[in-house]
Amino acid sequence: MTNPNPPSGSPDKEPATEAQAAQNTLGNTERAESATTPTQPAPDRKPSLGQLFLDNLWAANTFTVTLLSLVLAAIVGAVLMIISDPDVLATYSYITARPSDAINSSWTLVSEAYGNLFKGSVFDPDAVGFQAAMSPISETLTYTAPLVFTGLSVALAFRGGLFNIGAQGQATMGVILAALAGFLLPLPPGLHLLVAVLAGALGGAIWGFIPGILKARTGAHEVINTIMLNYIAVYFLTWLILQRGVQDPNRTDAISRPVDASAQLPRLFGDNLRAHAGILLAILATWAVAWLLNRSTLGFELRAVGANPDAARTAGISVTRTYVLIMVFAGVLAGLGGSNMVLGTTASALTPLVVAQIGFDGILVALLGRVKPWGVALAALLFGALQAGGNRMQSYSGISLELVTVLQALIVIFIAAPALVKAIFQLRAARAARLQTSLAKGW
Amino acid sequence: MEPGEIHALLGENGAGKSTLMNVLYGLYQPDEGEILVDGRPLKLKGPSDAIAAGIGMVHQHFMLVPVFTVTENIMLGAEQVRGGIAGFLDRRRARRGVAEVSERYNLRVDPDAVIEDLPVGVQQRVEIVKALTRDVDLLILDEPTAVLTPQETEELLAVMRSLKAAGKSIVFITHKLGEVKAIADRITVIRRGKTVGTASPDASRDELAALMVGRSVRLTVDKSPATPGKPILEVTGLVVDDDRQVRAVDGVDLTVHAGEVLGVAGVQGNGQTELIEAIMGLRPVLAGSVTLDGQPVKGWSTKKVLRAGVGYVPEDRSVDGLVKEFSVAENLVLDIYDRPPFGTGLALKPDAIAKSAQERIEQFDVRTSSAGAPVGTLSGGNQQKVIVARELSRPLKLLIAAQPTRGVDVGSIEFIHSQVIRERDHGTAVLLVSSELDEVIGLADRIAVMYRGRIIGVVGPDTPREEIGLLMAGITPDAVAGGGATASTPGAVTDGPATPAAEGTGSEDEA
Repeated sequence: MTNPNPPSGSPDKEPATEAQAAQNTLGNTERAESATTPTQPAPDRKPSLGQLFLDNLWAANTFTVTLLSLVLAAIVGAVLMIISDPDVLATYSYITARPSDAINSSWTLVSEAYGNLFKGSVFDPDAVGFQAAMSPISETLTYTAPLVFTGLSVALAFRGGLFNIGAQGQATMGVILAALAGFLLPLPPGLHLLVAVLAGALGGAIWGFIPGILKARTGAHEVINTIMLNYIAVYFLTWLILQRGVQDPNRTDAISRPVDASAQLPRLFGDNLRAHAGILLAILATWAVAWLLNRSTLGFELRAVGANPDAARTAGISVTRTYVLIMVFAGVLAGLGGSNMVLGTTASALTPLVVAQIGFDGILVALLGRVKPWGVALAALLFGALQAGGNRMQSYSGISLELVTVLQALIVIFIAAPALVKAIFQLRAARAARLQTSLAKGW
Repeated sequence: MEPGEIHALLGENGAGKSTLMNVLYGLYQPDEGEILVDGRPLKLKGPSDAIAAGIGMVHQHFMLVPVFTVTENIMLGAEQVRGGIAGFLDRRRARRGVAEVSERYNLRVDPDAVIEDLPVGVQQRVEIVKALTRDVDLLILDEPTAVLTPQETEELLAVMRSLKAAGKSIVFITHKLGEVKAIADRITVIRRGKTVGTASPDASRDELAALMVGRSVRLTVDKSPATPGKPILEVTGLVVDDDRQVRAVDGVDLTVHAGEVLGVAGVQGNGQTELIEAIMGLRPVLAGSVTLDGQPVKGWSTKKVLRAGVGYVPEDRSVDGLVKEFSVAENLVLDIYDRPPFGTGLALKPDAIAKSAQERIEQFDVRTSSAGAPVGTLSGGNQQKVIVARELSRPLKLLIAAQPTRGVDVGSIEFIHSQVIRERDHGTAVLLVSSELDEVIGLADRIAVMYRGRIIGVVGPDTPREEIGLLMAGITPDAVAGGGATASTPGAVTDGPATPAAEGTGSEDEA
C-alpha cells in the first residue's frame, strides 16, 4: 500500500483515489462528519495490510487532505448555521442549565440541513417513482456540465503555465454567439444544434485568443487582460440584449429572443427532468483534454512550456505559439461551458446574468480537481451537487443558498492550504512536498 | 584551526564542504558531533551565535543588497542606532567603522558606492569587510575564486595573506588545486562527507586530485590528433545584444570544421552565452551571419536549427536544459518528441519513448531509479548525462556544448569528455564553451579566447596556460611585448591589467 508510483510528472496518477474521494463525499457531506474513519478492511487475517492501509490513509496524501477539507468545511458550515438561526442560538443562552436543549436543537438544524443537501443532490429516500427518484441526480448533472467545461478551461491553461482568470468572459462570449446562432440562423434540427455549439466554442476561442496573442507578442500579463476582458464581455452582453433583432419583441426588460428548439441540447431523462446532453459533451471534453495533455505532442509542448518555458524554448518548442494555443483551447472550453447555459435547460434566452458565475467557479473547480482533467470533472460534480442540494436546503430548511457558496469557498481554502489541514488533523508529513508543489505554486 | 592560519578545505562538488561550513556558521544544525571553539564546545542556533563566537563567512553567492551602499550593506543586521527609542540609524558611525576596517587591513572600498555598480571582485571585498567589522577571528571563504579573473584572484590571495598577518584564521573552501597550493598552510580533503586526508601544500596536484576523488584521475583527455574536414559552422561579424540591450557579442568571426573541437575560453560573461544563443536562434542577430554547412541560418527557428543536425548542451541545465518535473524519459525526447517514432501527427507514442529511454539510460550510464522518475531527483552529473544522451542520440553535424561539466562529479566529467571526443571522431564539428581553462585545453584542437564580446585570439592547445590566461584578461601578446594597444583591446594597456579584467567579470551579472 505504500505508493508504488513515485511522484512523477505524469498526471492522473490517482484517478482511482480521487474517484473514491468524490464518490465518498459527493452530496455526502452529512456522512462526511463521521467519515474521518471510513470503511477499513477487517484486520482479522492480515493485520499488517490493514495497518498499512490506515497508515497510508492518515498520511498527508491528496485523497486524505481533500476528504478532510470537506469535513472541515462541513463543520464550519454547521457552526455558521447555528449562529445564524435565532431560535437555536437562543438555546445557547441557558446552555449551562439545560445543555440538552442547545445540543438537540443544533443537531436537528444541522442534520436536517445537510440531509436536505443530500436529498436535493443525490437521492431522496422518500421519493416515489422514477421521475422523483432521478430528480436530484438530474439537477446535479445540470449544474455540473458547465462547471466541467470552465474547470477544464482553467486547468488546461494552468498546466501550460497561464492563469486563465477569464473563463467568465470567454463563457460570456460563448453564450452570446451560441444564442445568436440559436435564434438567428434558420437551420434544420441537428445541424442547427451543431452550429450553435460550435458558435459558442468560437466565441470563447476569440476571447481566449486576445490575451493569448497579447501575452505572446507583447508579454502583457494574461491575468490582467483576462480580467479586463471579463468586464468587456459582460457589458457587451448587457448592451447586445437590448438591440433590435436580439431583444424579445414581446418583452420590455433585458431578455433576448429564445433559442429555437432545433438548437437545444436534447434532454436525457424525459421532458420533466432537466438533465441534458451537455453532461455527455462534458465527459467527452474531459476525455479529450486528458488525451491532449498526456498523449499528444501538443500536450507535451504545453506541459513543457508550463513547467519550464526556458527549457522548452531551448528544445525548439515555440513558447509564444504554445501560449496562444493554450489560451484558444481554454477559450473554446469556457465557450462550450457558456453555450451549455443557453442551449441546455438552465435558460433558453440571453439575460445579463445568463452565465451566472460558472467562469469564476471554474477556477475553484480546477483548484479542487488539482488541475487534472478527471479530477476537475469530479470536482465539478461535487460543486454541481452542492448547488443542486443547496436549492433544496434553502426551500426545506430555510438555510440561505449563500451558505453553499461559503461551503465551496471553505473547501477550496482548506485544499489550498494543505499545511492547515495537516496541522489540524496531525497528519503524518509523508508526502507533503507533493501536495504543495501541485497547488501552492502560483495560486 | 590555529590562529593566523590559512586552512584549505578541498573536495569535489557535493563532497560536503559547504554543508560543513554552513554548520560552522550556524545555518544548519549538526545531527551529531560538536564544535569546539577555544577548547569549549559551542552550540550554534543561528548565524548570530556564530558571529558572537567570532566566526564570519563569505558565501559563494554574495549576500548583499544591490541597491544599498557599501556602508548600508555592512551595517545591515548590526545597525547602530542613536536617539534612544526613536532609533535613528547612525550612518556616520557605521561609515567611520567601514573606513577604519578597510584602512587597517588594506582593503580598499568606497563606503558610499552602491553595490550594484561595483565589479564582482570589489563586492567580494565588501563581504570580507562586512565580516571583519563584526570582529571575527575565523573567516570562512566559500569558493571565493569561482567568479574571479586570475588577476582578481591574485588580489584576493594578497588580501588573505594580510589578514593572516593580522592574526585572523581563514578557512578557504575550493576545488581549484592551484590556489590551494599557492596559499594554504594546511589542506584537509573531504570526500562524500568524510575527511579523507590532510596534506601539506607541497603535495603535487595529482596527489591532491587523487585524494579528492579517491582514485587516480586522468586530468588530461586521451585523444588522437584531429582530422578537420570542411567547415561546418561559419560565423562572420556577428553582433548580438544581451537581455538588457547591452552589446554582448561585438563582431565575432569563427569557423568550426568537421571533426575538430573548437574551444572558446574566457571569463564568464564575455559574450559566450549570447554567441551560442544567437547561433541556436534563441537570440536575435543584429548584424553578421551564421552559416551552417553552407546554408545561412538567418531567421531560422530554434527547432529548425536543431533539425538541421545541431546538438546543444545548454550552459544552465536546470534552467534551459531540463524540465525538472518531467520524467527522465520525457526529458530524453524533449526536442524530438514530435518526430517518429516518438510522435506521429498529433499523437505521442509513450511506448516508443519508454523503450528508447531504457536504451539511452543504459548506454549513457544514467543512474536513476527508473525512466519514469522526475529528472529533478537525479544528481547533477546524471542530469547532465541525460542532456548529453539526448543530444548525442541523433545524427549531428555540429555539437555545441556550453559548460558541459559544470557542477558535475569527476567520474561523469571523464565520461562526458570521452563522449564529446567520440562525437568528434565521428566527424562532427564541436563548439565547446567553458570557463574552466583545463577543460578547454584538454578537449580543444584550437582555442579561441573571447573577451568583451570579441575573439581576441585563436591559439593551439599547447599554448602555455599563462598566455591564455592573459588573453582571457584582455591582454594580447603584442600588447604585453610591445606595449602598444591593439585595436581589439582598447584600454587593455592604458588601464593596466586589473581594470579591464574587473570590468570583464563585472559584466557577468549582466549576462
